[in-house]
Amino acid sequence: MITLTLKQAVDGVPLEAESICPDVIAALDNAAIRALPVYLGKRQCRIDDFFAVDGETSEEIDVHGDLRKVRWIGRGMTRGRISIDGNAGMHLGAYMKGGTIDVSGAASDWVGAEMSGGLIRVAGNAGGQIGAAYRGSRSGMTDGTIVIGGSAGLEVGMRMKRGLIVIGGPARDFAGLEMKGGTLVLRSGAELRTGAWMNRGTIISLKSIPLLPSFLYSSSYVPTVMGVLGKHLGSLGIDLPLKPAAGTYQRFLGDTSVKGKGEILVWHH
Amino acid sequence: MVKITGGRVYDPANGVDGVVKDIYIGEDGRVTAEGNGSASRTIDANGMLVFPGGVDVHTHVAGGALNFARGLVPENQRVAQKFIHTPELRAGIGGLTPTTFATGYLYAGMGWTTVNEAAVPILSAKHTHEEMHDIPIVDKSTLLLMANNELMLDLLEAGEFERAKSLVGWMLWASKTFGIKAVNPGGVAAWKWGKNANQLHQPIEGYSKVTAAQIVMDLARICDELGLPHPMHLHQNNLGVPGNVGSTIETMNMLQGRRAHLAHLQFHAYGGHDWNTMRSGAKEVAEAFMSHKNLTCDVGAILFGDAVTITADGPWQHFLHELTGRKWGNLDVENETGCGIVPYVYNNHKLVNAIQWAVGLELLLLIDDPWRVYLTTDHPNGGGFWRYPEILRLLMDVEFRKAEVKKLPPEALNRISLPEIDREYSISEMVIVTSAGPARALGLKQKGHLGAGADGDVTIYSATPDADGVMFTHPRYVIKGGKVVVEEGQIRALAEGRVFLVHPEFDPAIEDFIRPTFQKLYTLSFENYPTEMTRLKHPETVGCVPQ
Repeated sequence: MITLTLKQAVDGVPLEAESICPDVIAALDNAAIRALPVYLGKRQCRIDDFFAVDGETSEEIDVHGDLRKVRWIGRGMTRGRISIDGNAGMHLGAYMKGGTIDVSGAASDWVGAEMSGGLIRVAGNAGGQIGAAYRGSRSGMTDGTIVIGGSAGLEVGMRMKRGLIVIGGPARDFAGLEMKGGTLVLRSGAELRTGAWMNRGTIISLKSIPLLPSFLYSSSYVPTVMGVLGKHLGSLGIDLPLKPAAGTYQRFLGDTSVKGKGEILVWHH
Repeated sequence: MVKITGGRVYDPANGVDGVVKDIYIGEDGRVTAEGNGSASRTIDANGMLVFPGGVDVHTHVAGGALNFARGLVPENQRVAQKFIHTPELRAGIGGLTPTTFATGYLYAGMGWTTVNEAAVPILSAKHTHEEMHDIPIVDKSTLLLMANNELMLDLLEAGEFERAKSLVGWMLWASKTFGIKAVNPGGVAAWKWGKNANQLHQPIEGYSKVTAAQIVMDLARICDELGLPHPMHLHQNNLGVPGNVGSTIETMNMLQGRRAHLAHLQFHAYGGHDWNTMRSGAKEVAEAFMSHKNLTCDVGAILFGDAVTITADGPWQHFLHELTGRKWGNLDVENETGCGIVPYVYNNHKLVNAIQWAVGLELLLLIDDPWRVYLTTDHPNGGGFWRYPEILRLLMDVEFRKAEVKKLPPEALNRISLPEIDREYSISEMVIVTSAGPARALGLKQKGHLGAGADGDVTIYSATPDADGVMFTHPRYVIKGGKVVVEEGQIRALAEGRVFLVHPEFDPAIEDFIRPTFQKLYTLSFENYPTEMTRLKHPETVGCVPQ
């Protein structure tokens, strides 16, 4: 195992640390890891300018410290594990293809943006654009799982195509914006314009949410597929209400303003 | 003085075809016949090919539309080639809409030393010149969009040809541009009414008399009478429409022997009636084209992969957006023109794209006079200019081309004639379509050849293909105006390019007509409209010879 411990808080200019990634580090000895480049603004620095580095040649990386200003951790990773004991900065696990990232604190915007595989778990709150498409791109995450324990910001799952996002706390506006597929579970509901412009995909809200007028009510039921989804979520430690006796899911179809065939399922009891 | 020794020189404009000889470039940056004095630099080109620097006759590398496209496609820039700041080079990004500095590095890095920016509205002429200021190494010229200019159309409607001619002359000088571009004549003006100009002989929407045909003929005549070095540069009506062969050939006939350059002819050579029946019309177009010796053309070939379509042809771009569902940008340039941007992917599994790919190559192969057909991709509409070497390989290697044709969808094969064509380009023909021909069409006498007095723009390639079988991607040396700018595949030094412009004669009284109209119709004052000469870096005025 490799342990990186932040020496002192990064403040002001953010640190871009895409070299904190199992694919980059796994084969390196301690000295080579220390020498890996990170960028403080436009200045190239070494990892050991900011972190105490213990261990070598491992796919398991533990990072300690308040990394809220440290960006791009785990960018494009395909394997291994990163555990962050503290907060994480923007673009955590962006373009990720496999492996696991665990964060004990909070994360910032663009968690798992355009990821295509792997698992990201954030215990605390996260920012906006989780699993989203970067500006201009046609699709956001295309597979993989993101589980946020706390709240989330704007545009969660924007243009996501496949994969699963679970948000524990409330999400802000535009959750599932222009969604093209995949599943977005909002355990504490969301603010305005959920599913705006969505084409396909499923948004499940366990709390009542304000819906756009362009979503049409179709029926109330507990879809069969919920059993499979519930089982999968159970393996991640997340409960989904399933018993028809306890209530039903109201299904809304939309977004009809773009001739979308997505669905929003709102738990009703 | 720079001396290039031992290379096989290809200079078709001077009848030199693969002869081993020395080339001398004097201190003034021009080729000299004899080396007098000692060479400050001798380049041993033994076993290499020596060409005049490439000339791109139709590209989009600067100005309002391109900058709008840069903003519209950040996703392309994220994956584009990065140019890292060094003590010699500025930072930038490549890709389909490169930044200014990167544009110069990319063209020079490929061996091209002159580029013609093919669409400038007067309102963004200042912007264009500011960008060209920052495109290093290559020499530049620009074409002014006139075929949808409302002041111009009003004069044609009123039958005031002489005034229209003066207006064009005034506007060329005001914008410090080099020639005239006509884009979808009348169609962009009609687009302001939600219409297009699909019929050549019907009045343009918003006018009662003036037609697309009249705009084409009058502008061609104006270019001749003003004596512009480059004839009218025409993007015809009905670009991209299946069955547009008819209007393309009609336009050629209509010009009745007048000079004209037909831009990106590939997009105007489709047969069939709709997308389901579309087929190549390259044979008919090539035949008609060859019988009109007054015309030149560039192909605007497409390559499979990403592209960004940028054109003043606003109505077509709206259609393309509806067709593809991709994002769309639209600009209205007051009384002058419009512009549309749609990112696009040419897919080799799609029938339509496969036909388009074949049509570009067919035109290059079927038109038997390389002096009149030039290599372009209408960058970035058909693909990035830095992919020209891929097209050259398709032209020069028939086996490779046939192997690529086999990858097309089978239903495409009986709609194209490419599989039956066995022609291969010789090295000399390749130099003609990439340099000597376009230089001649642009009327730039010092470009595209290596005779005495020519600009010292020389590209030296290895005579053997690289590991991927591609030649002409990375020149061994590129010399611009006698300065070695690329060496061993690296940009070693920068040269500053010139900007070519014209100053035709016109009746100065035209200002009395423009000024009041202008103050009534435009959003900026008349005094702020023209581009000042001081805005241009290294301007060079090319003389006009009225005909």
